[in-house]
Amino acid sequence: MEGIAVRLQALRKTFGETTAVAGVDLEIRDGEFFSMLGPSGSGKTTVLRLIAGFETPTEGRVELAGQDVTGLAPFERDVHTVFQDYALFPHMTVEQNVAYALKIRKVPKAERLVRARKALAEVRLDGHGRRRPAQLSGGQRQRVALARALVGRPRLLLLDEPLGALDLKLREQMQLELKALQREVGITFVFVTHDQEEALTMSDRIAVFHQGRLEQVGTPAEIYERPATSFVASFVGTSNLLRDDAARRVLGTGGTHSIRPEKIRVLKEAAIVDEPEHATATGTVAEVVYLGDTTRFLVDLDAGGRLTALQQNLETSAEDVAAYRGTRVRLTWHRRHTVHVPD
Amino acid sequence: MSLLTRTAGALHRRPRLRLSLLLTAPLLWLAVLYLGSLTVLFVSAFWTTDSFTSEVVKAWSTDNFHELFTTPVYRQVILRSIGVALAVTVLCAVIAFPLAFYTARVARPRWRPLLVVAILTPLWASYLVKVYAWRLILSQGGLADWMLKPFGLSGPGFGLSAAVLTLTYLWLPYMVLPIHTALEQLPAGLLDASADLGARPGRTFRSVVLPMVLPSLAAGSIFTFSLSLGDYITVQIIGGKTQLIGNLVYSNIELNLPMAAALGTVPVVVVVLYLLAMRRTGALSSL
Repeated sequence: MEGIAVRLQALRKTFGETTAVAGVDLEIRDGEFFSMLGPSGSGKTTVLRLIAGFETPTEGRVELAGQDVTGLAPFERDVHTVFQDYALFPHMTVEQNVAYALKIRKVPKAERLVRARKALAEVRLDGHGRRRPAQLSGGQRQRVALARALVGRPRLLLLDEPLGALDLKLREQMQLELKALQREVGITFVFVTHDQEEALTMSDRIAVFHQGRLEQVGTPAEIYERPATSFVASFVGTSNLLRDDAARRVLGTGGTHSIRPEKIRVLKEAAIVDEPEHATATGTVAEVVYLGDTTRFLVDLDAGGRLTALQQNLETSAEDVAAYRGTRVRLTWHRRHTVHVPD
Repeated sequence: MSLLTRTAGALHRRPRLRLSLLLTAPLLWLAVLYLGSLTVLFVSAFWTTDSFTSEVVKAWSTDNFHELFTTPVYRQVILRSIGVALAVTVLCAVIAFPLAFYTARVARPRWRPLLVVAILTPLWASYLVKVYAWRLILSQGGLADWMLKPFGLSGPGFGLSAAVLTLTYLWLPYMVLPIHTALEQLPAGLLDASADLGARPGRTFRSVVLPMVLPSLAAGSIFTFSLSLGDYITVQIIGGKTQLIGNLVYSNIELNLPMAAALGTVPVVVVVLYLLAMRRTGALSSL
C-alpha cells in the first residue's frame, strides 16, 4: 500500500472579500505526478502556495506524509518549489543557486559542489555552473530552477506553471524531460498548469479546479473520456455539448451530454448507418478549419445546437475538406462515447 | 509649412546639430564653472602667501602640502573629519535599513508613498533651521537633557558627538531613499524561494536581502559620506570647540588662500578614493 504524500482537508483560503480556495479535500499519493489544472483564478496556485507554506489557510488542514504542517513555515517543510518566474538569485552564480539548499543544511563545501554539479548534469546544464542567471536563456533558467529544487531531494516537489514562459517547441521537449526526470528521481511532483494538453501529457492523475473548488480528480483518461461536470467537459478538450432539446432529439434523453470531437465521424447526408449502437445527427457544415494533420468541422445540427467533429486527413487534402463548407452531412458516433454530465 | 515644422524637419535630418544645440549650454556650465573652479582650486593649492604682506605669491611650491602632512593639528583634523564622515555613514545605514524595510515591505502599500514623503519632508526645511533646532535640543537643560534625566543621564552637550548626531539627522533621508527603492524592487519571489529552500528569516536576510541591497546602501553612503566631509556649519553651531576640515578652510580663506585651497583638496581626494572603493560594490550603477 503506497503512502499519502499530501492530504488536504476542507481547505479554505480567503483574501479579504475574495475566496480563492472554497473547501478542497484532496489526497496526493507518494511518487505520483499530480497535476492541478484550471483556468487562472481557479485557486490552483493558491492551493500550491498553501502546500508550500507561503500562505496559511483560513480554514482546514494540510498534511505532508501524514504530519500536520498547517501552521509551519516554508523552511520547516520538506517541500521545494519551482516558481513560475524561476526566482533565481541574480547575485549568485548558477552553481551557488543550486547549492543554496545544501549550504543552509551545512553540507560541507566539497560535497556541496559535487552534488550541485550532479544536479546540473541531471538537467543537462553541465559546464554552466559559473555563469549568472542573467546570462542564461529562458529554458536554461528553467532547468536551473529545477536543479535547485531537486538537489536537496525533497519528499515533494511543487511546480508552479514552470513551462509557461517557454515557447511551444521547448515546452513540449521539457514536458517529456520533466516526466522522465520524475520517474528517475521518484519524487512526488505536484504540477500546476492551465494547459490541459500539458496536464494530459504528463500526469498520473489530474485535479481540475474551478472557482476555488475541485471539479474532478482522476487519471488523464478518466478526465478526458468521463468528464464529471460540464465545466470539465468544456475546459479539458474542445467543448462539445448537446443540451436539453437537442439531446432529446438526437439521443432520446434530456440533460447535458459531452461527445469528444475525434469520436464523431462525418458522412454524406445520404449515408446509411445501420448500427444500433451508433447515434446519428444530420446538419449543415458551418465552418471547416484545416489544421494540417486534422480537419475540424463545425456542424449546425438540424436538432439544434452545434457539434465539432475532428477528422484525420488520411486521404483528404485542404481542397477536399474545404469543399464541405455549407454542405449537408450526417454525423455518427458510438453511443458509449456519449457522456452525461451534470450541470 | 510653418517655420516651426520646417525647423523641426531640418533638425530631424541633422542629429549632430540637434545634439550640439541641446548640450552646448550645460557643457559650458560644466566646463567653465565646475571644472574651471576645481582647476583654480588645485592650481592655487600650490601657491604660497607672503607671511608679512599676506599677499598670494603665484609661484609653484609644495610647501602647503608638506605643512599639511607634517603639522599634527592638520593631520588630526583630517583624520577626525574622515572619522566623523564614516561614523555618520554607519549610523545612517544602521537607522535607515530598518526604517526603509518598514516603508518598503511591511507598511500597507497605500501608506508607502506617504511614508516616503514623510521621510523626505525634513529636506524641504532650511538647513540652518534644522541645525539650530538641534542646538536647542542639545543645549544645557534642553530637550535631550530633560528626556534623559529620569535615567540619571544627561545629553551629550555641544561637541563632536553632538555634531555626529546632527549630521546623521541631516543626511538620513539620502540613505533611506536608495535603500527603500532597492527593498521595494526586491522581488517577493526571491524571499519565498529562499524560505522554500530551507532558509530561516535571518539567513534569507544575510544571503539574499543584504547582498541585493548592498549596492544601494553603498550609493546612499556616498551621499552621507561626502556631505558630512564637506560640512562645517553644523560643527560651528553645535560642535563646541571641535574643528573639521571645512572649519580650517574657512579660517584660512582670509589670511592664507593657498593653504585653504590645499586643505580643500583633501576632501576632494578622499571622496574620489571613496567613490573608487564604492564602485567595486556596483553602487555607481544604482545611483
